[in-house]
Amino acid sequence: MSATRNEPPVDIDLAKAQGLAEDEYGQICDILGRVPTYTELGITSALWSEHCSYKSSKVYLREFPTEGEHVLQGPGENAGIVDIGDGWVAVFKMESHNHPSFIEPYQGAATGVGGILRDIFTMGARPVACLDALRFGDIDAPRMRYLIDGVVRGIGDYGNCVGIPTVGGETSFHSGYNENILVNAFALGLARRDRIFHARASGAGNPMLYAGSATGRDGIHGATMASEAFGSESESKRPTVQVGDPFAEKIVLEACLEVMRTDAAVAVQDMGAAGLTSSAFEMADRGGVGFRLNLDRVPLREPNLSPYEIMLSESQERMLLVAHRGRQEEVVKIFERWGLEVAEIGEITSDGRAQILAGGEEVASMPISPLAANAPMYRRPVAVPSDLAARQEPPEVPEPSDPGTVLERLLDTPELGCKSWIWRQYDHTVRTNTVIGPGGDAAVLVLKGSTGGLGLTSDVNPVYCSLDPATGGAQAVAEAVRNLACVGAKPVGLTDCLNFGNPENPEVSWQFREAVRGISAGCRAFDVPVISGNVSFYNETEGRSIPPTPTIAMVGVIADVRNLPAAHFTAVGDRVLLLGQDANEFGGSAYLRLLYGVEQGAPPKVDLEAESRLAGLLRFLVSDERIHTAHDLAEGGLGIALAEACVGGGLGVDLEIDCQPHQLFSETQARAIVAVAPNTAEQVMAEAEKRDVPVVDVGAVGGTALKLRCDGAVVNSEVEELHRIWSTALPRALEM
Amino acid sequence: MTVRARVTVYPRPEILDPQGKAIAGALGRLGFDRVLDVRAGKSFEIELAEGSGSVEEELGQISEKLLANTLIEDYSVELLESESA
Amino acid sequence: MKCGVVVFPGSNCDHDVYHVLKHSLGQDVHFLWHGDSSVRDCELVVLPGGFSYGDYLRAGAMAVHSPIMAAVRQLADNGGRVLGVCNGFQILLEAGMLGGAMRRNQSLRFECRDAFLRVERSDLPFTSGYRSGQVLRMPIAHAEGCYIDTEEALDKLEHNGRVVFRYVDSEGGAAEGEQAAKWNVNGSARAIAGVCNEAGNVLGMMPHPERCADKLFGNDDGLAVLASAVGVAADLEGVLA
Repeated sequence: MSATRNEPPVDIDLAKAQGLAEDEYGQICDILGRVPTYTELGITSALWSEHCSYKSSKVYLREFPTEGEHVLQGPGENAGIVDIGDGWVAVFKMESHNHPSFIEPYQGAATGVGGILRDIFTMGARPVACLDALRFGDIDAPRMRYLIDGVVRGIGDYGNCVGIPTVGGETSFHSGYNENILVNAFALGLARRDRIFHARASGAGNPMLYAGSATGRDGIHGATMASEAFGSESESKRPTVQVGDPFAEKIVLEACLEVMRTDAAVAVQDMGAAGLTSSAFEMADRGGVGFRLNLDRVPLREPNLSPYEIMLSESQERMLLVAHRGRQEEVVKIFERWGLEVAEIGEITSDGRAQILAGGEEVASMPISPLAANAPMYRRPVAVPSDLAARQEPPEVPEPSDPGTVLERLLDTPELGCKSWIWRQYDHTVRTNTVIGPGGDAAVLVLKGSTGGLGLTSDVNPVYCSLDPATGGAQAVAEAVRNLACVGAKPVGLTDCLNFGNPENPEVSWQFREAVRGISAGCRAFDVPVISGNVSFYNETEGRSIPPTPTIAMVGVIADVRNLPAAHFTAVGDRVLLLGQDANEFGGSAYLRLLYGVEQGAPPKVDLEAESRLAGLLRFLVSDERIHTAHDLAEGGLGIALAEACVGGGLGVDLEIDCQPHQLFSETQARAIVAVAPNTAEQVMAEAEKRDVPVVDVGAVGGTALKLRCDGAVVNSEVEELHRIWSTALPRALEM
Repeated sequence: MTVRARVTVYPRPEILDPQGKAIAGALGRLGFDRVLDVRAGKSFEIELAEGSGSVEEELGQISEKLLANTLIEDYSVELLESESA
Repeated sequence: MKCGVVVFPGSNCDHDVYHVLKHSLGQDVHFLWHGDSSVRDCELVVLPGGFSYGDYLRAGAMAVHSPIMAAVRQLADNGGRVLGVCNGFQILLEAGMLGGAMRRNQSLRFECRDAFLRVERSDLPFTSGYRSGQVLRMPIAHAEGCYIDTEEALDKLEHNGRVVFRYVDSEGGAAEGEQAAKWNVNGSARAIAGVCNEAGNVLGMMPHPERCADKLFGNDDGLAVLASAVGVAADLEGVLA
């Protein structure tokens, strides 16, 4: 090992400064049988960061059901894979890019999209759709308009340029995100079942190829940054901003898919978090092999990068490939035809070690599998939040004096207003697969060459999760199932993005454990496996954590995407049927939060069996083409669901509902509205009763107003006026 | 009296400049073999009224606050000329 | 008809156009690589949408210098059909094949939504499947689609009947007055959405006909652009192929 480089001496203090704990430093010294070199220390600190090692979450993530009849690849690869029939597989994953987006919203969000797309096409799948789940703070909080604008532009400019439609997602606002916004990006790709690619290196002597953009100092220690809470010194970490180049991504994508069609490549992996380090180590570890890298051959964007910097750079749009010896020329030719830089930077070895050379010297020599196998794993202390019992006390629910006015006030919030200001900036129709785009319960894609398709949705209610993370976790799964059912999609798998505060805080660890428990219960009840996912901890600023936010993105299959119901009313005279039974639940409701600033009480109960019955009924009705409209009840309850169904198609309703006025805004789960032709209403009601789903005919579609009579109150609001309020609420609040 | 100035904003040298990179590639394909690198920036011509404080200082603030994203961009200020109104 | 779809680095609607030409219209379609110097014997060449060279510098500016463009120009000069959609339109403008230029949308944002177009001429190879004055609904998805030229040039364009599609309101009325920005989605001069050359064999348009060419998507208003271009009757049922 050389001591000639101008590198700081490695000791426990330097290790700590790089984010390693004292016992972790001891562990790496034991594994190596000596003090690590500076480069080795950087590699260890990246590989053992929370972001790469899942050290605080692993013990809980094991609870997730990850297997099922359709699952071809569960967690542990770049993305999960499910069989969707006809020889096709869907490859999908969701990932967070929270910290970078708070620091530089445009580039942070853009590179988040770039990273998740690479995770998909490295599996041999062509990305065909994105979803984005965004959580912002109060619009009036410092920098918030700038953050919102930057994130939306960043996602749009990147996805639009690469040509992958953003077909859905969700956006919500809560003061808990004032200092830690969340940007969760989901991507889905399609591949033939027999063309799946794995990032598993093999074959001693096979060359390792570097392809794509050159390496700069971008984002060095980004993985470590994502594993730390924000403090005031985060400002000074700014030079680690990565810049995305969607044009480079697009040609890297095309070139990689072309390479994979040749069978000349053994394995392909994106240089994502922790760059060359994680891609090389992970590929080698999966294949049980070693590698030798010569850093002098890595294409550099600026001179004089140290081995440490080259190994940890997070420059974007770079891929690491292992080619079959003797066929690397085929790979090189394809990349060169696409105008991309490509270099042979090393080879696979059989000794299971990572040997890294620079300037003719060895700068690292580490055993690979002990590094992975001995990665730290913590069962952090947990504690029920001290204020939880008080926050779960039943809230007082004021009776609205005029439910019509309440409805208008709720529609006038960014939370419940139309989000088209955001999704109009995203290309959602490119690739011509989008049957239902953003704005509905779930997005729908057709699988070209068939009548079948996929439904996609992302869901979570952070307020529920903050009041009871287990219920909130189960609710997110249940709502995703319900949203898919509204378009007739049967779930085949989900991916998650678990956003939490600092896991070293026992209350946060408790939230995490509970949320995982709730999600697992949901998965088992609906028989939906978790096939991939991501954990984002340390979403905390100066001790203030975000509300627990386990985002769930779920994918379902649809046998026939022709004649799907809309989420809005489409035909005058249709009967409006209310499915499910209200239980007058207001804990964590939009009604209390948005009108009274109260986040109080236990969240609505999640009855997984009732949800299953409802979802089964909805899927049956959709496949039987018996309903014109299906829309689930969520935030804001029946009142908001009806308003959305009216404004979406510009049609009114005339309804009679047996409830107290405030119950219009109750958020009891396992409910939906459907609209059916009058002559089939009876059949549909009989079907619901047969399946033990409560059903009541509440009136008819027609007229220009949302008219509704309940116990002692009347709503009579012109749909045009509701539409005006709802459609302009967000841009007005943003002043854009 | 008014003062005219030019503010030029460039991506910082260590930051990737996708646009410059693509333009450099296109120039190469057009046969401009001597082109080694291109950085793509923006230029702003600004007219200011004569005032009490330092013009350079004010332009610095203008650049820091709005024109440049100093996370990823550098700027330079050049005074062009002064004109009588 | 033998058709070519040009693939520039960054094209992303190439597969969408290919799909409609091949599977909905049953044509003999080929991808043409930007680095090739011939369009072979294609009678129709489509420059598809996307972000050629990332749209860096100016949309279409770098794609113009691709070797294939000389062949495309020659095809146009010889009376062959050339259709540029979205980025393809921008490339045709940068190539000087249609006159005028593109600016960023008036909103200064990427806009993805449906626009309404009026067919101003139905006597072109690309519009023979429509009636003159017919109103079409067609998706747009672009950030730089605000067509501009000098007043004099615009007058001449109008006089020569080279405006093929114009943004209108949903009833076919002029996109003017208070609601102008709602209908003239990018703020184009004289609400111009598509223009052709003098001979009528080169058409550039910002809206995407290939994205509304199948009833499955609730809209097949665009099918006739491509169907007319290859000489097929456009009253085909939307097909899932």
